[in-house]
Amino acid sequence: MKDLVPERYALAFRLYPYARSPDQDATAPVRHKAIVVGGGPIGLATALDLGRRGVPVVLLDDHEGAGLGSRALCFAKRTLEICDRLGAAAPMLDKGVQWNLGKVFHDDRLLYEFNLLPEGGHAMPAFINLQQPWFEKFLHDAITAAQAEGAPIELRGRNRVDAVIPAADHVTLEVMTPDGPYRIEADWLIACDGARSPLRNMLGLGFDGRVFEDNFLIADVKMKADFPTERWFWFEPHFKSGDSALLHKQPDDIWRIDFQLGWNIDRAKELEPARIRARVDAMLGPDVDYELDWCSIYTFQCRRMAQFRHGRVLFAGDAAHQVSPFGARGANSGVQDADNLGWKLALVVQGIAPDSLLDSYDAERVHGADENILNSTRATDFITPKTPVSKMFRNAVLTLAETLPFARTIVNSGRLSVPCTYDRSALNGPDHPEMPARTRPGSPCPDAPVGQGWLLSHLGQGFILLTIGLDAPESVMAHGLTVPRLALEATPELAARYLGGAKGAVYLIRPDQHVAARWDHYDADAVAAATARAIGKE
Amino acid sequence: MLITTPNLTRPDESYARLIATHEGLDEAGSHALNARLILILMNHIGDDAVLAEAMRLARETGTEAA
Ligand SMILES: Cc1cc2nc3c(=O)[nH]c(=O)nc-3n(C[C@H](O)[C@H](O)[C@H](O)COP(=O)(O)OP(=O)(O)OC[C@H]3O[C@@H](n4cnc5c(N)ncnc54)[C@H](O)[C@@H]3O)c2cc1C
Repeated sequence: MKDLVPERYALAFRLYPYARSPDQDATAPVRHKAIVVGGGPIGLATALDLGRRGVPVVLLDDHEGAGLGSRALCFAKRTLEICDRLGAAAPMLDKGVQWNLGKVFHDDRLLYEFNLLPEGGHAMPAFINLQQPWFEKFLHDAITAAQAEGAPIELRGRNRVDAVIPAADHVTLEVMTPDGPYRIEADWLIACDGARSPLRNMLGLGFDGRVFEDNFLIADVKMKADFPTERWFWFEPHFKSGDSALLHKQPDDIWRIDFQLGWNIDRAKELEPARIRARVDAMLGPDVDYELDWCSIYTFQCRRMAQFRHGRVLFAGDAAHQVSPFGARGANSGVQDADNLGWKLALVVQGIAPDSLLDSYDAERVHGADENILNSTRATDFITPKTPVSKMFRNAVLTLAETLPFARTIVNSGRLSVPCTYDRSALNGPDHPEMPARTRPGSPCPDAPVGQGWLLSHLGQGFILLTIGLDAPESVMAHGLTVPRLALEATPELAARYLGGAKGAVYLIRPDQHVAARWDHYDADAVAAATARAIGKE
Repeated sequence: MLITTPNLTRPDESYARLIATHEGLDEAGSHALNARLILILMNHIGDDAVLAEAMRLARETGTEAA
């Protein structure tokens, strides 16, 4: 029999095998509240967040689990905080490799070392290295756990979306399965179907940006070497295996090696194992024993859709924006999309917020995408200079960096992903001038120790009114929401991160742990007005 | 604010030193030295707005002359 939904790639983990759904036998298309298309990291995180917030959600993917293959590796602190809120972070931290140290080389010279020097008093580390299939598997495990507790999440493997028909108040999908096609409808469709996004193409939407004329060979090698757990980056390496090279540790004795090959290459030839081994040998030296675990050649682009919201269809992750991997911003920024969208869509579905709240998803995440594209474009331009003069300046920076610390601040082998602050968002309420800039409205709340635990583990269910050293009612009712109070006394971390020059503080915090507004005293009307604003009711 | 009024304490000496600094270098070596020098001076100035003004001025005067 003909395979109607053939595999496009091999799986690392089979997580949601195809099972026939009653929807396939229904006489009329069944309507769902929310449908997520794509079971990559962003689709999984979105479905998990929506389900945990009580929104019935169906996820469709044309495969049955996590693809085998070497893609995302570095997961940043903010991603881990979001995963912790979603109940998925603990196994990631267990399995992932933590690192803080990096070395930068030019040719055969060590230019300098850096330490990400994570600030104390945070539950999560600055970064972990974890293979993308494991990241996806742990999100899936959290979905299974949430389902067991009643979260209305349904995953449908080998369900390929072949057509999308948008209407004013819903979207219809044509889905192909091993048993043939069926139709379903959704009030809201979230497209997380990756950089090539078939949904984007079906809707005829553009995806403009810049292609970098360069190829990168990614070789994951398995070896029992005693290189330290550090990020090593070479500009113009002496071993001549590429114009730049990267060595980074992963779990299970696997190392990520990355060679910049240039534009005019013979792909098939460069992927011959003997040729790859010659490059790796030159880098590691003749005495190192290793196996090639996974190899691939990538080209990179930086681009985004003009808008992430198109009526009832919302785009997230690589479908909406794509960046070069320098700075590890792809999956990390997509998880922030999911974080931003989940609570907003939940409030709209529950009828508490107007659907215009979803326009703020577009505004805030377009802002985030632009920040990521800017950063990764700059890193790419530094790593692969486009003109002779830019190469000359780049190499001048590298020469100076060996002895002059100021030049090290210019060296750019990727500005590692940091969370986005939604400055100037329409949802932001009043600020207070004496409080620290890092917690201004729009910022993600920095963590801090609280009692035996952590601040962030108290935030993220719904809106929260955080008071530090101030009195206020136990909860505030406003615009259909009950906002409970989290009453804390100042500790050194809370004072430094939340009070600054103020004696006490009242923070209105969004369900995605971003600050909505803050004051140095409690004022019921001001809190109600800021709540209205933060849910798009103003 | 970018200073465009005369500000060099010893203009002739500074200029002669700039030329002398390049002595014995081939063209590529001189370009590389200039690049290092610009970066060192950029760091000394520090202020992004002043640097932006200087770059704009250099670009515009150069374009007029060409
Ligand atoms: C070499 C490399 C290194 C990287 N390193 C990092 C890193 O260190 N850190 C980081 O944060 N990011 C990194 N990235 C980026 C990261 O891999 C992506 O940003 C991430 O996978 C995007 O996730 P996604 O869920 O949006 O899309 P994807 O992971 O692409 O998932 C899309 C899903 O949609 C499914 N799908 C597609 N079409 C259909 C259809 N018609 N019907 C149903 N399902 C469909 C696909 O099968 C797939 O499961 C790297 C990328 C590369 C290439």
